[in-house]
Formats: sequence, structure tokens, C-alpha cells
Amino acid sequence: MTARSALSAAATQPRPTGMMSRLLSSDMPRSRALSAILIVIVAGLAATPFLFSGSQPLSTAAKICVFIALVASYDLLLGYTGIVSFAHTMFFGIGGYGVAIALERLGPTWISVAIGLAVALVLSAVLAVAIGLLSLRVRAIFFSMITLAVASAAAVLASQMSTVTGGEDGLSFQLPPQLRPAFRLLLEPIFGVTINGRVLAYYLVFFAALAIFLALLRIVNSPFGRVLQAIRENEFRAEALGYRVVAYRTAASVISALAATVAGAMLALWLRYNGPDTTLSFSIMIDILLMVVIGGMGTLYGAVIGATLFVLAQSYLQVLMGAASSGLSGIPFLPDLVHPDRWLLWLGALFIISVYAFPGGIVGYLRKRQSA
Amino acid sequence: MTDIATNAADTAELPRARTDWLPLLLVPALALLALPFIGNPSSWVTLTVAGLAMGMMIFLMASGLTLVFGLMDIINFGHGVFISLGAYATLIVLGPLAAWGQADSLGLNLALMGLCILVAMALTAAVGAVFERVIVRPVYGSHLKQILVTMGGLIVTEQAIHAIWGASPIPIALPASLRGAYVLGDIVMERYRVFAVVIGLVVFAGMELLLNRTRIGLLIRAGVENPEMVEALGYRIRRLFVSVFVAGSALAGLGGVMWAFYRQTLTAGMGMEVMVLVFIVIIIGGLGSVGGCFVGSLLVALVANYVGFLAPKLALISNILVMALVLVWRPQGLFPVARR
Amino acid sequence: MSEVLLQLEGVHTHIGPYHILHGVDCAIPAGGLTVLLGRNGAGKTTTLRTIMGLWQASSGRIRFDGLDISKAPTPDIARAGIAYVPESMAIFTDLTVRENIVLAARSGPVDSGRLDWMLGLFPALKRFWNLPAGNLSGGQKQMLAIARAIAEPRRLLLVDEPTKGLAPVMVRSMIEAFRALKAAGETILLVEQNFYAASALGDHVLVMDDGRIAHSGAMSDLVADPVLQQRLLGLSLDAHQ
Repeated sequence: MTARSALSAAATQPRPTGMMSRLLSSDMPRSRALSAILIVIVAGLAATPFLFSGSQPLSTAAKICVFIALVASYDLLLGYTGIVSFAHTMFFGIGGYGVAIALERLGPTWISVAIGLAVALVLSAVLAVAIGLLSLRVRAIFFSMITLAVASAAAVLASQMSTVTGGEDGLSFQLPPQLRPAFRLLLEPIFGVTINGRVLAYYLVFFAALAIFLALLRIVNSPFGRVLQAIRENEFRAEALGYRVVAYRTAASVISALAATVAGAMLALWLRYNGPDTTLSFSIMIDILLMVVIGGMGTLYGAVIGATLFVLAQSYLQVLMGAASSGLSGIPFLPDLVHPDRWLLWLGALFIISVYAFPGGIVGYLRKRQSA
Repeated sequence: MTDIATNAADTAELPRARTDWLPLLLVPALALLALPFIGNPSSWVTLTVAGLAMGMMIFLMASGLTLVFGLMDIINFGHGVFISLGAYATLIVLGPLAAWGQADSLGLNLALMGLCILVAMALTAAVGAVFERVIVRPVYGSHLKQILVTMGGLIVTEQAIHAIWGASPIPIALPASLRGAYVLGDIVMERYRVFAVVIGLVVFAGMELLLNRTRIGLLIRAGVENPEMVEALGYRIRRLFVSVFVAGSALAGLGGVMWAFYRQTLTAGMGMEVMVLVFIVIIIGGLGSVGGCFVGSLLVALVANYVGFLAPKLALISNILVMALVLVWRPQGLFPVARR
Repeated sequence: MSEVLLQLEGVHTHIGPYHILHGVDCAIPAGGLTVLLGRNGAGKTTTLRTIMGLWQASSGRIRFDGLDISKAPTPDIARAGIAYVPESMAIFTDLTVRENIVLAARSGPVDSGRLDWMLGLFPALKRFWNLPAGNLSGGQKQMLAIARAIAEPRRLLLVDEPTKGLAPVMVRSMIEAFRALKAAGETILLVEQNFYAASALGDHVLVMDDGRIAHSGAMSDLVADPVLQQRLLGLSLDAHQ
């Protein structure tokens, strides 16, 4: 949708009112199927500790929450501003390392968490501005290459500064007492579930992700967000209308970087660990790309769908494919293609098809079906 | 006939020398500058040869990409898979012919290398043709989609490599006569690095000849500058572009073979890892410029080797610094290609 | 009027969201020089680019010597015998003057007679023969652009504002060159803002306004009729001489 049509759509449609609409910044899902899926996902995530037992479902849910925030913040760049950055995991990693290093060095207190997060946020903001300013001098296409180079340098740096970052092994650390499994918020279980530090940690992640998502929704629906979309549609026209394109782009990069930093901090808190493979690696960058494109670029809701689908696939699809693979054993080559480790192959193919045929991803498809 | 040249306005204008020597001097200047810091001349020679070898390999991988960009304004983020594919293609040859590599015969060893290179280039050329048709062609004109869809191609091809050759790293052995080093007094030069420099120089010379002495080369150079006018002269630039794309893929495959024997370990991600350097080189050299690509490759590789020796932790950061410095000096790269 | 070489029928062209040509109808006769006049933005350059296939006509028909080229790709149109000299000249600055000419002669080496004729028209090119074309002055680049268009026998030359930005002395040289081309029997469609040059060269004239052909006729008639000039071009010959 062009910025202009977005503006006129907002003007002609009666603005939905009510609390839900205010919460979603009047940017409703606009598809019954999509609304239903979103409700299921959010309700499922909110109730995971009560719906499933064991640590695996809770870990999967926490990962989904973190990636919703991370992918949504990336969508602000890719979908709404039209910038392809490969440095998003760098900011994700800075958040993770900020919290991890602070907790490891300063002891397991909330003050450490706050210090670590604050330092990480400042560093991310500075780096985002620096990258923005460096790429000011060069053509837009260079931006992607430069972010790739900077991100890989950051990853190498993190693995080499092993005295601070733990190198390839990463850092394990203690959480503040309230987030440890032994902690009990209430003496009595609720609905048969003991509200321990793990559950609290989960809800910390859940609400942080929710807050980031709603804040991003507010941002893209603000006048600022409209300008970003106008720039994406036609940079020169936006410039001619008097918007300082570079300033807006840099601002979008900074906001996106800050959100990714918080997401990284949340992941580290949940895992009680941070290392190159959990937040910094290039393969996570690829995962983010897959999630945002398959979910639907420029919709934010696509981040919810994409992240949920991807993390579920990562955790459970492999089991299914394992079954299919052994079912096909005996046939040459085919079992290799549905081997559990090959799930990325199929997601990659889906990704390519999405870019060609469904530029709006799953969300775009559902919305189109609704209006057809 | 009218003689137009007789008027004053015309004759006053004499051609200026336009050859831009400054960036060319950067490489020797850098090497000389590094000498006092390194101190020991024999270490300096070793590092310089290593840097040149690495630079030549990066040049092989980057040259095709920069031409493809220059010709069609296409940026292929999946170029790295051709490097990986080329590397893995050596297995096709090394599998049945491993004995040739162990044999104590320079002829057999070189024949093995030649076969590896041939098979790798044929495979990457074929995959390049498919890649161009299926992945790249539908997304002309949109950089955003190009980046996304070529990344998608990268994912799928890397996974296909996993499916065919397995996901764990595979060690490969260098042919016997390329192992070890030439020793001249204090100076030690690894044989394979010298071999890589020779291959790189041969390819660079070949490309320069092709670009400057043949009609196809003229077309490529003209097409990088103004593809529309090349069409208006009656040439089908699409066909030219496909050839360059395929040739660029094959060169990346060649680079992959050289890189594979250099590292002596194969991983599907090895191409993407080195792509970071390739992108830096392309940015430094100026998109679309083969000469800039050559100078940029040598520059980046030499800096990486010198800095890696003097301050190992700064090695990769040093390349970002080189890139930043070059961009501050010349925002369009060392040899910006004039364009529409 | 002699045999028609190029015919446009109801040609519409859109560039992105903009509708530039609103049904262009005209016929270019074989032999002679037709001048395409009109204000800035009237659609002259778009007409040339549409003929050349650089922009696709959204509707209408373009016929070149009976052959429908409206949907043909640019290289095929060039091969049919149309040469194009764009307003930007589009010289390959990285290539030498010689290499520019070599590329333009698609079917092989330029034969020596033709080369002598070309270099006789534009002797400056001979002096810069092996130098990068980027070294040439604006006027010399224009000469090279035209030389490129006639490096091989072509049936129609489309030339977009060759005198733009040239010093008066160079404009006169350019007019001489076009006279020589006419004498050699070339068919030329020339976009020209300079009415002095246009009236000196044109056999036929087309005047465009707002994406349509507003007038078509003999140049001599337009030159002789100040009222018509005033109406079509908002100028008189005297004011521009």
C-alpha cells in the first residue's frame, strides 16, 4: 500500500474506536482469519505456563515472544522504511551481552540488569547513528553491504574479546533471585501451576515483547511512520516535500536497533546465557529475514505470524520431517530432502516464492482474501 | 566537405591525461609503509606474498559480481554460494582421482588442480545460468527484492549443498607438489600462495585483454556505462548480461576452488563468510570497475595480513576502517564508473 | 510527398503514472530532413524514445517501412535500420573514440571509404582517435554521437537536439554537417529547439504540443508564415535570428 493510499484509507474509513483499537493504534488486523490467528497466538502465549507442563513448551513460547519483538523491530526497517540491514543481530547481540556481562560482573541484581541494558541501549544507538552517517556518503545499495561487513566484524570482535564476552563459549550467569526457579511468588499453586521464578521470567519476556510490539505499532501509525512509508514509496518526492530523508531513515534505524537490543536482553535473561550462536550469528539474521518475509513485510502483524510459525517449525517441524524421512527411506535422495535438517531448504523456497508471489506474506494474503 | 575543426573553440581544447594513477600507487605504498612496522624483511615478504595470494582469490570471487552490478544494476547477495559450490565441486574430482594428488609428479598434481578448476567452473556456470533465470530475472529494477530473493537463493543452495555433501566440515588435501614452501635464505614463501598469485595474475591479465581487446569486452565496458545506448546500437544486452552473470559465477567457482585448497576445509557457509570481504572490496573499488576491484582486493588482503601480524585482534575491523577511509576520500570508490 | 518511411498512428506513451503522448499521428517521408519542433515538455524526446522502443507505446502503431515495430525490442529496431542520437549523446566516455565507432559498426569493420567520409565531416575525431571519449568537449562529443549513428549505412537517423548547449560557431558547424548528411541522401528526424537551425535544415516540419502533432507541413511554408509561427510556436523567426 502506498503512503498516500494509506493516508486516504485512514481518512475514509470510520476510525474504529474502543480500547482494543487504541491499544492497536487503530491499525486493526483487517481480516477475520488473521484476527482469529492473532488471538490464538496471543492467548496461547499468555497462557502457556497454564496450558502446557514441562520446560520445552515454555522455552518455545519465550523464544516466540523474543522473536516477535525482534522481527517486528526489523519490519520497521525493511517493511516500513525499505532498508535492508544485516546488522540487526548485532543490536540483538549487544542487548544480550549487555545484560550478560553486567550480571556476570556486577552480581545477580536488578541494578545490574538495569545498568547492562542501559549501556547496551546507548551503545546500540551510537552504532546505529554511526552506520547511518557512514552510509550517508554512499549509494543506498551500499547500506546493505556495509551493515553486513559491520555486523560480521562485530561478531568476530565478540568472539575474540573472550575475557569480556566469553568468546565462542559465551557467558552463563545467575539471574536476580526473583527470576530463579526456586523463587515462589505465591505459596499456593494457581490452577495447579506453581508461580515460581521461571514463570515470572517468562511473563517478563512476554510483557516486554508485548510492549515493544504495541510501541512499534504506535510508531508506524504515527505521522513519523507515515513519512517513513512515503520515503519508501518515493524517496525523491519525500525529499521534495521537505522531509529530510536521511534524518528519518537514521531515526528509524535507531528505534529499530533499540527494540532489538531490548529483545536481546530478554533472550539472555530467559536463557541465563548469551553467546555468539544465540544472538550474534549470521544464521539468526537469515532466520529474521525468513520470518519477516514469510509473515508479511510492512504489516507488523506479519512478525507475530512469521516468528510463531518459524519457531514452532524449528522446534516441532523437524520431528514431522524425521517421520517423513524414515517413511521414504529406500528411495534414493528423497529422504535426504525431507531429512529433519533440511527444513531450512523448504523455508528458503517458501521465502523465494513469498517475495515473488506474495510480497505481503501470509498477512497480505489473508487480507487480500478478506477484501476479495 | 566542411572542416569543422578549423574553428578556435575546437582546437583550444586539448585532451588531458585521464589515467588515474593515484589508487594504483596505493598497493605498493601500503606494502612499503608496512615494512618498517614489521621490521623483519623475511616476515614482511611472507606476509606480502600471503596478502597478495589472498587478494588474488578475493579478486576472482569479486570481479564477476562487480561487472554484473555495473551492467544490469543487479546486486547478487547470493554470489557466495558459487564460491561454496566451486569449493565442493573439488570433491567430485578428488573422490575418484585422489591418487593424482598424492603422486610425486608435478604433472599429475597440476592436472588434478586443472580438472578441479574445470569441473568447478562448469558446475558454477551451470548453476549460475539457472540462478539468473529463476532467481534474478523476475526482480529487475527493485533492489530490495533483489537482495531478499538472492538471499533466498543463498539459503536454498547452501541447504542443497548440505543435502548432497552433508553438513559437517570436510577436509581436503593439497596436491603434493603444492605443499610446503620455497626457501630463499631467510625468506619463506608457501608454494600454494605463489600458485594462487600466478592464477590470479593470469585471470586478471585475461580479463584485461578481453575487456580492452575484444568486441565483447568493449560491449561490456560500454554496457556498464550506458546499457540503454548499447541496446540502441542494436546489441541484445540481455544476452550479454546472462553471459557475464554465468562467467562471473564461474569465476567465483574458480575462486572457491582456490579458497578451498587454501583453507583445506570445506563448509557450506565458507562462501558467505568471504563475501564480507568481497563486498568491502567492491565498495572500495567502485561498483562496476574491474581495475578497482583488483586494487581493492589487494589492498584489503594486504591490510588484513599486515594488521593480523601486528595486532591480530584488529584484523577484520581493519577492513572496515580501510573501507571507511576510502569512502571518505572517494565516496564512489577508487575507480568510479561514469554512469548515466 | 514521397514514399513514407516511418509512420506513427495514434501512439500513446505512459511513463510511470504520467501520460506523455496523447495519440501521435505523423508520417516521415523517405529522404530529406524532418524537423520536430515544440515547447519543452511537448513530448518530442518521448516520441523519439518511443520509436526507438526505449519506452513502450501503451497503444497505437509504429510502422517502419511497412514493418510494425511498436512492440519490438530496441536492438531489433536498431537492426531494422534506425539510429538514435539521444540528447545526452550517451558517449561511452571510458572507451576511446575509435572504440565508440567500432561498437557502432555492428556488422564488422567500417570500410575505409565510409570512415574517410565520416572523418571528413568531423575531422576533430581523427585527432582524438585513440583517446578516451570522455576527454572530448561537448561539441566534439556531439560529433562523435552523430558519427556513431552513421558508422554503418542506416535508413533513418533520430537526432535529439544536437545544437543544445553549443556555442554559436559550433551550431553553424553542426548545421553544415547536417547539410552534408542530407546531401548524402540520409533520412533524418531531428528534434530541434533552435528555430534558426531548424529552418536552415528542415524540408518538412512537425510541431508538437501537449503530446500531439499540432501541425505538419513543409518547412518553407512555416518559414514564410509569421502568423502560423506565432500561433504554433509563440515566436517569430526574427526574434530568434
